Amino acid sequence: MNVTIVDYNSGNISSVINSFKEVAKDNVNITVSSDLGMIKSCDKVVLPGQGSFKSCVSALNNISGLVDVLNDFTVVHKKPILGICVGLQMFADVGYEETETKGLSWIPGKVLKIDNKNGKYKLPHIGWNQINIVKQSSMYNNIENNSHMYFVHSYEFVPEDKKVISATTDYSSKIVCAVEKENIFGTQFHPEKSDKVGLTLIQNFLKI
Amino acid sequence: MLKNRIIPCLDVKNGRVVKGINFVDLKDAGDPVEQAKIYSDGGADEICFLDITASNENRETIYDVVEKTSKKCFVPLTVGGGVRSIDDINKLLNCGADKVSINTAAVQNPDVVLESSKKFGSQCIVVAIDAKKNGDKWEIFTHGGRNNTGINAIEFSKKMEFSGAGELLVTSMDRDGTQVGYDIDLMSKISSQINIPVIASGGVGNLDHLVDGIKLGNASAVLAASIFHYGKHSVKEAKEYLDSKGIPVRI
Repeated sequence: MNVTIVDYNSGNISSVINSFKEVAKDNVNITVSSDLGMIKSCDKVVLPGQGSFKSCVSALNNISGLVDVLNDFTVVHKKPILGICVGLQMFADVGYEETETKGLSWIPGKVLKIDNKNGKYKLPHIGWNQINIVKQSSMYNNIENNSHMYFVHSYEFVPEDKKVISATTDYSSKIVCAVEKENIFGTQFHPEKSDKVGLTLIQNFLKI
Repeated sequence: MLKNRIIPCLDVKNGRVVKGINFVDLKDAGDPVEQAKIYSDGGADEICFLDITASNENRETIYDVVEKTSKKCFVPLTVGGGVRSIDDINKLLNCGADKVSINTAAVQNPDVVLESSKKFGSQCIVVAIDAKKNGDKWEIFTHGGRNNTGINAIEFSKKMEFSGAGELLVTSMDRDGTQVGYDIDLMSKISSQINIPVIASGGVGNLDHLVDGIKLGNASAVLAASIFHYGKHSVKEAKEYLDSKGIPVRI
């Protein structure tokens, strides 16, 4: 099986690469690339994302043809894709970080700043928080409910259809921290930085 | 619920771990990669490397340490010390650091914080503030605590938040290496004035000091070096102790 981690200059992806290489078994090839042919022909895609919604979307658009290939991969061929952090956020229709920016529109919804309740909650939401798993999914095999995952973000994905939510976390309100819609998977937290439980989630994605 | 973090810090010089007592009188105490792995296996919420003499000496060794560590530890890794430019930050992130802490350069050229947080995202920019009490205020020191800038630490903290820092790592120069506890006044004053997380540092001698840093200093995370490093306490012990005091931690 060939898995491509999309390298589109979205910031630091070395931890994502290290974690996937750590759990990948012999029959799984992990490639880091922005090559369109490579992405088209692979079996699974990982879409990381750091920095702002706007900067990630522009970085995707800066690679000619990349968005089309990702659309084809995800929407037409329905192959599994995992978005991490801003990678997940970009699944939305629109984000409001820095300025209003159109997303990939794979899962209807918006990306809004977390309500910090007049400074009661510090932002970014940084650190280990527990996830409340609300959907039966093989992504959470061998992962206990209320496991800790590592978060760092100030914006949250608010999907229109609540049925896509696979996990939430409590910070100011119930924040959507994982989504799943058919072949599209996303985590707001960073499995690559979430110790053994995070590596288990990565393994689950590779097994799907 | 978001948990308070415990961050063991390893001071690194020429690729080896050392811990300074008030930044002088260094002792060599081991391989940073192995140490970091022990900490992450023991439940450390993050690992921090501080390249203490980086401002003056050959810096390449830290890249190798970061690269090797990031392949073994799957918790966030913060690296600081001698970070001067966007290029330095880029190199550390490419080697596998998740966050970079900026100290002297943030004071000398605050635009580094502004530019780097725009380029790489606030999530990976930590501003390290070394502060020392002078009368009724705290002043910022740079160059590993050698230079007094006279800049007000509270005002500077606000400025760094505004410039895009994701977190502040606040070290009391009066307390660092003394093991008498954090400067609680300093931590709580800064924490109450800004909306980004504060990591308390400098002065931890026992587990109660960690409790105080969070309960009284309102720190989101507590950083310590020597209490972990010389085997005085394990990270697990520290977490269990905090838990017994009602502080939310990841166990």
